[in-house]
Amino acid sequence: MLRDPVYFDAVPLALVSLVLLLLTACGGGHYPQSVFHAEADFSRELDGLFRNIFAWAVGVFVVVEALLLVAIARFRARPGGPEPKPVHGHTALEIGWTLAPALILVFIAVPTMRTIFDTAGHAPEGALRVEVIGHQWWWEYRYPTLDISTANELHIPAGMPIQVEMTSADVIHSFWIPRLAGKRDLIQGRTNRIAFRTDSTGEYWGQCAEFCGASHANMRLRVIAQSDSVFQRWVDRQRAAPVTPAKGSVEETGQQIFRRSACIGCHTITGIANAKVGPDLSHVGGRGTIAGALFPNTTESLHRWISNAPSLKPGALMPPQSLQGADLDAVVAYLQSLK
Amino acid sequence: MAHDTHAATHHHTSMGLDSRKMAFWAFIGSECLLFGSLISTYLVYKGRSLVGPYPHEILNIPFTSFSTFDLLMSSLAMVLALAAVQRGDMKQGKLWLLVTALLGLVFLGGQFWEFSHFVHEGLGLTTNLFGSTFYVLTGTHGAHVTIGVIWLLTLWVQALRGKLGPANAMTVEITGLYWHFVDVVWIVIFTVVYLIQ
Amino acid sequence: MKSWLTTTDHKRIGLLYFWTAFAFFLIGGLEALIIRAQLVRPEGIGVSAETFNQLFTMHGTTMVFLALMPLSAAFFNFIIPLQIGARDVAFPRLNAFSYWVFLLGGLFLNASFVAGPLFGAGQLSVAPDAGWFGYANLTSRQFSPGPNVDFWLLGLQILGIASLAAGFNFVVTILNMRAPGMRMLRLPPFTWMTLITQFLVITAFPVITVALVLLMFDRFFGTHFFLPSGGGDPILWQHLFWMFGHPEVYILILPAMGIVSEVLPTFSRKPLFGYTVVVYSGVVIAFLGWSVWAHHMFASGLGPIADSVFAGTTMLIAIPTGVKIFNWIGTLWGGQIRFTTALLFAVGFIAMFIIGGLSGVTHASAPTDLQQTDTYYVVAHIHYVLFGGTILGLFAGMYYWWPKMTGRLLSERLGKVHFWLTLIGMNLAFFPMHLSGLLGMPRRIYTYSPDLGVAGFNLVSTIGAFLVGIATLVFFWNLLRTRWQPVNAPANPWNGATLEWAIPSPPPVYNFTVIPTVANRLPLWQTERHGPMAPLPERPPAPIHVPGGSWWPMITAVGLPIMAIGALSHFLPVVLAGAVVAIVGIYGWAFEPFEM
Repeated sequence: MLRDPVYFDAVPLALVSLVLLLLTACGGGHYPQSVFHAEADFSRELDGLFRNIFAWAVGVFVVVEALLLVAIARFRARPGGPEPKPVHGHTALEIGWTLAPALILVFIAVPTMRTIFDTAGHAPEGALRVEVIGHQWWWEYRYPTLDISTANELHIPAGMPIQVEMTSADVIHSFWIPRLAGKRDLIQGRTNRIAFRTDSTGEYWGQCAEFCGASHANMRLRVIAQSDSVFQRWVDRQRAAPVTPAKGSVEETGQQIFRRSACIGCHTITGIANAKVGPDLSHVGGRGTIAGALFPNTTESLHRWISNAPSLKPGALMPPQSLQGADLDAVVAYLQSLK
Repeated sequence: MAHDTHAATHHHTSMGLDSRKMAFWAFIGSECLLFGSLISTYLVYKGRSLVGPYPHEILNIPFTSFSTFDLLMSSLAMVLALAAVQRGDMKQGKLWLLVTALLGLVFLGGQFWEFSHFVHEGLGLTTNLFGSTFYVLTGTHGAHVTIGVIWLLTLWVQALRGKLGPANAMTVEITGLYWHFVDVVWIVIFTVVYLIQ
Repeated sequence: MKSWLTTTDHKRIGLLYFWTAFAFFLIGGLEALIIRAQLVRPEGIGVSAETFNQLFTMHGTTMVFLALMPLSAAFFNFIIPLQIGARDVAFPRLNAFSYWVFLLGGLFLNASFVAGPLFGAGQLSVAPDAGWFGYANLTSRQFSPGPNVDFWLLGLQILGIASLAAGFNFVVTILNMRAPGMRMLRLPPFTWMTLITQFLVITAFPVITVALVLLMFDRFFGTHFFLPSGGGDPILWQHLFWMFGHPEVYILILPAMGIVSEVLPTFSRKPLFGYTVVVYSGVVIAFLGWSVWAHHMFASGLGPIADSVFAGTTMLIAIPTGVKIFNWIGTLWGGQIRFTTALLFAVGFIAMFIIGGLSGVTHASAPTDLQQTDTYYVVAHIHYVLFGGTILGLFAGMYYWWPKMTGRLLSERLGKVHFWLTLIGMNLAFFPMHLSGLLGMPRRIYTYSPDLGVAGFNLVSTIGAFLVGIATLVFFWNLLRTRWQPVNAPANPWNGATLEWAIPSPPPVYNFTVIPTVANRLPLWQTERHGPMAPLPERPPAPIHVPGGSWWPMITAVGLPIMAIGALSHFLPVVLAGAVVAIVGIYGWAFEPFEM
């Protein structure tokens, strides 16, 4: 027997507070990876479809849960209540509640199919091609038409369609920038595609969405959408040779230490080193972040990262370096100079 | 597995079918999915080997046709064994059980020869996708045949000791079900792997 | 003690299943609580990435294979023979074998938490850490060199054998051991859902077995089934895994649906509304369950045509599922509902399962799924289905059948505390996950940036998870109380309509003094058309033969983990020793006189 009516109040109360939570989420606040704050054609289309389906779901939820609550409130056993009629079923009702969901599903299925084909990943003519290659646990970006290679921060021109072609150098990863595009997996031996276009300049956050080992949580990325002229300036800088340090400067010392160090076994700096295991560092100083968009690109983070990367990013393939004191300062200064 | 409860045969069952036999049909259904998955894997990877040897360079259809014929004959022997046990003719029963097992052994011998020949020709388990899918698929089948042979020989020894009679016909029938199933699977493998290249 | 080790009595095996699965449920819950503790705030509380990855892998694996499936199996074992009017299952020793294999497989998997030193691993735990779904090629020797994944793939193969053996046993039991007059459409709905579940088990488990064997070849023998470096394709693993994995979802939920279909009629004092429709919709769900697997792979780039097909089939499943929900509400409607704990859990099941079902429709749509898959939104969805659905349904079954299984009544007062704490706790834990997911929080991450703005939601989730933990302790206390402060249960404490309530609580070892003859679907009830069945005699009119126990099932089962240990240590003699033990067990079993 249910004695205490307070039990019944708990459910609506909980639901109301949950809805309040929901409203806070959709309203203000800063949510850099929110799917509700779409800023590209692809993500907007998904958002619109989701809102459509969500509206149906809320309608069904309200009706069915209301029926359930009415049933248990109205038909509570009462002392001396009549014996219930042994109803075994009702054919018309069965047909009705088979057809009703079927009909609702048609309203969901049709826009779903349309969106599937709209978002199949093929950009219109004249799109900028970008190759994304997943690595444990960072992103390599290549612009085959511009002859640029960079890492973790993807620069794109606003207003231009982007054709992303992706694959993986090791395990499966998933490329996800919620405000711009739905996710897509990067799989070794396969090429997957997405296409999107954003008209708003700004920095968009993303991260790997397929479990890919120890530092899956630390495989983050940024997409930086820029106006044409700013993007062009970035391209020009990337295509230029790396900065040559001034004679006798601390950066030049750093360059010499870099040449002698283990760094060159894995990294590229055009003209200095040419290995492909880790990210291309030719213009690392111009990036806002390091280590898979994990830390701001500051002197302090670079110090800590070079000294002991695996302690900051579990499983990171870059071993702790023995560089210390003035040597480390010089290498950091050199890397920062590579704008 | 073989003889446990011939009492069960006398039990009332709702479907009128012996429970062990029904369980065996369910098991065979399950096995279909097992071999189905392996055959699908073989088909998915067909033609995707990066290096040779490739199927057409190495598969010996005449030899394997003989193995297939051998296995089909073993099914016939199995039918004769069951019929003999059912009518209580244990002399014939013993003979045909042994013949079935021996034909199974001949098939296994053929498979052993085939495998060692392929390895000699340079097709190992890890050489390419063809090698991996081929050995795992036909090897799984070979393991089933091996279990069948051991099972048949166990029945034969039981028969020699006079412990197998018409009362255990259901045991022999279930053994036969398994044996025929393993044969049918081979027909499918033979067709998919050897004939349709 | 010996009588428990050698038992072939379905009721004792049911209790063994229950307590073992409940222990694993507590372990899996503890893993969840550590996960939630780590995520209580951005950047965590110090659980390492490696440990966290082991915890979520083992949480999923444990809950699916060691807690939910075997908790359902506890009821299959104890209740099904009673509901169909049988003295035992069709193959009592096979049943014991299933249990021992399950127990040993579970222990084998969990031994990985302390096996590190044996492998010179430098840490205590070498638990599986590639996710319960073990996606290739992360599971390859190259990217997962330790024994972690080996524990996982060998453990799951062992557990698969237990499930398959039980599957054959229960298919035959239900089809073949029914009492006279118990036609198929007179079977209680729980028995029906069990039958469908077992058909799914015997068809789905061979597929995962093949996938695991191929993975084993890749890891142990250097093949390239899932490795692009040798031409293999990691996507094949996903197909094989989800071809098993999606039927597995229905293996987990259908028994709970069956329980709810028993509990609602009993406590509404009305027959199940639309019995045949409920049965057939279960069959339809099982069939469709085989055609939807690739909806787990919408982000993997299957192409628009495959995406459309699988989105369509997935949406179709919503129809029979919705039909079931409407029939349950129809059962309550017009009844005289008694709010026992069992009924509360059954109603809670419906209320929560609706939420899980609806969020499921939002990712049946392939494009919207691209924003949801692999985020906390999906974590919310599966927990509304598997916790809000399966676990609430199983709790309903525990409160409903505990008196039958032990002869002791659970405390209804503690039961209600348990129910409300669970319901509130699970909503606090799982509802905010919808939002943290849509705000960009991927799943399976041991740390997240404070800048994402999801810290508040995670805090609430953690509080909710600990509430569920407290609720489970209340339930545990309630179970233990029935030993220490027993309140004896009558034969039919709830006025149930099915055969298990026609015999004493707990049932005598032979179950029925005489096998009842069944004339209708609700044998113990007075309905318009018929009166209740005549009570069975209190003493058996003739002596009933009860099979003695057998050691062989356990001996055979012991061979399997020995083989697995041999494989794990790459030491062939141990594998062979295990095989010898198993073969000796099988021969002992086959030649043991065992009269039923």
